[in-house]
Amino acid sequence: MSNPTTLSNVYDVGHIRAQFPILSREVYKKPLVYLDNAATTHKPNAVLDAEMRFYKDINSNVHRGVHRLSQDATVAMEKAREKMQAFLGAAYPEEIIWVRGATEAINLVAATFGRSHVKAGDRVLISHMEHHSNIVPWQLLCEQVGAHLDVIPMNSAGELLLDRFHDLLTPRTRILALSHVSNALGTVNPVKAMTEAAHKAGAVVLLDGAQAVPHQVVNVRDLNCDFYALSGHKMYGPTGIGVLYGRRALLEKMPPYQGGGDMIASVTFEKTTYNTLPHKFEAGTPNIAGAIGLGAAADWMTDIGISAIAQHEAELLHYATEQLLSIPGLTVRGTAREKASVVSFTLSDAHPHDIGTIVDRAGVAIRAGHHCAQPVMDFFGVPATARASFAAYNTREEVDILVQSLRRVQEMFAS
Amino acid sequence: MNDLDDLYQEMILDHSKRPRNFLAMEDATGQANGHNPLCGDRVTIFVKLAEGKIDSVSFTGAGCAISTASASILTEVLRGKTPQEAEAIFDLFHDLVTGKTHQLPGDPTLAKLEVFSGVSEFPVRVKCASLAWHTLIAALKAGPNIVTTE
Repeated sequence: MSNPTTLSNVYDVGHIRAQFPILSREVYKKPLVYLDNAATTHKPNAVLDAEMRFYKDINSNVHRGVHRLSQDATVAMEKAREKMQAFLGAAYPEEIIWVRGATEAINLVAATFGRSHVKAGDRVLISHMEHHSNIVPWQLLCEQVGAHLDVIPMNSAGELLLDRFHDLLTPRTRILALSHVSNALGTVNPVKAMTEAAHKAGAVVLLDGAQAVPHQVVNVRDLNCDFYALSGHKMYGPTGIGVLYGRRALLEKMPPYQGGGDMIASVTFEKTTYNTLPHKFEAGTPNIAGAIGLGAAADWMTDIGISAIAQHEAELLHYATEQLLSIPGLTVRGTAREKASVVSFTLSDAHPHDIGTIVDRAGVAIRAGHHCAQPVMDFFGVPATARASFAAYNTREEVDILVQSLRRVQEMFAS
Repeated sequence: MNDLDDLYQEMILDHSKRPRNFLAMEDATGQANGHNPLCGDRVTIFVKLAEGKIDSVSFTGAGCAISTASASILTEVLRGKTPQEAEAIFDLFHDLVTGKTHQLPGDPTLAKLEVFSGVSEFPVRVKCASLAWHTLIAALKAGPNIVTTE
């Protein structure tokens, strides 16, 4: 790791911003200040061009045709798979399954591994800070097979209670499904140690990495998790594409997810044999352009330097937290020691939707709502929070504009 | 910032900070729960009918400034109206917040509702302004049973 001073000196945010066409647009005749990156990030030219090149030059279906375009499309998509393999530090390219996003990745594991390995009376363990996408698939599974859902509680800073976690790991716990980074609070969970403990108890571990991969280097072999889910659009890639990483030995044992073309080896009306990995889990024509775009996004992040992005975001997070706390009546929700660049907050009696509307007119895009994490809102006793989340291209000046617009909210709603 | 001043008019801010008739009614003849699952706003409307007219309306719940003020002002303007009149007023109100009209005709007690005309510039907030009204209509039809509108 280079020393931080050097990093911030070479990190040229202007150069990075210039690669994102959308950042030069205005909203309400004001420069766009986009601080809703935990919902989705913008896309650099490298990603837009990669998608466009696919459609312009090699558009065709994969794994089917003998013709030239189909071969080129297949090569390009499989190269993107290898890029994601390298990006996640997976051992084999066939451990990278294309899905629509982290939500589908989790549903895939719940529907296949879950239904074949979780029996009546077994337990599934999640945490209090999960996104709905890492709650509901497990509730559905538990209902279907008669298993129990356990929830690791958290403290008021938004950190998981590890003592309670160890108590909840029982011999019947089959799956630990845990967010690597919380979308609502920014908390970075100690997933490596928790994975180790879960493995010792005999459980399989799925990590929801949708909010982690944009902010830090992730190596699935180092984490030693069994499954890892991510969404392309939160890491500068296209929407509608994501990755499920699965340990090969587990994927081989799992039944298929959806049936259709590409996932079969042979079909007769009596018996169908399934294709090899990863195709067994990729029924139908995949999002080829999206996969290629995601590969380009992984390259783009690697070229900028994921550690450099992380350093830049950590500085922004520190600055933003300090500036936000200078506003009277503002409370930051989620103050874990280990945090990604997400700040959830409430402001006196102003409802987050009013906050969102007022700062929007200053050109500032933030999220206002329950962030698909209603149990987190219930924990803090609020219906919703406002959330600012930072990416590689955000600046201190943008934080200042946010703070200025929040001061106007504060004035309007002062009793 | 003119649009914002139109949206958050003084009367709206006042009603959102100090909502009127903000209480559960013991002797309601109808009540209903309204919920906007997208933003989490919740409102319960209580209504008491006497001799075919609305004797009183009250509400409880939690929501943004627009939805709270809308519920609060609603409780003030509907007293003495028949359920049919209330529905007609909601239609007018809906036209107002969606920009189909900018003034409410006739009845001076309804003029108060015109503070919501600024909502039409904020299409995503129309649901906030109309939640209490949808819930009121449900409460008028509900009788003593609680219904939930989403």
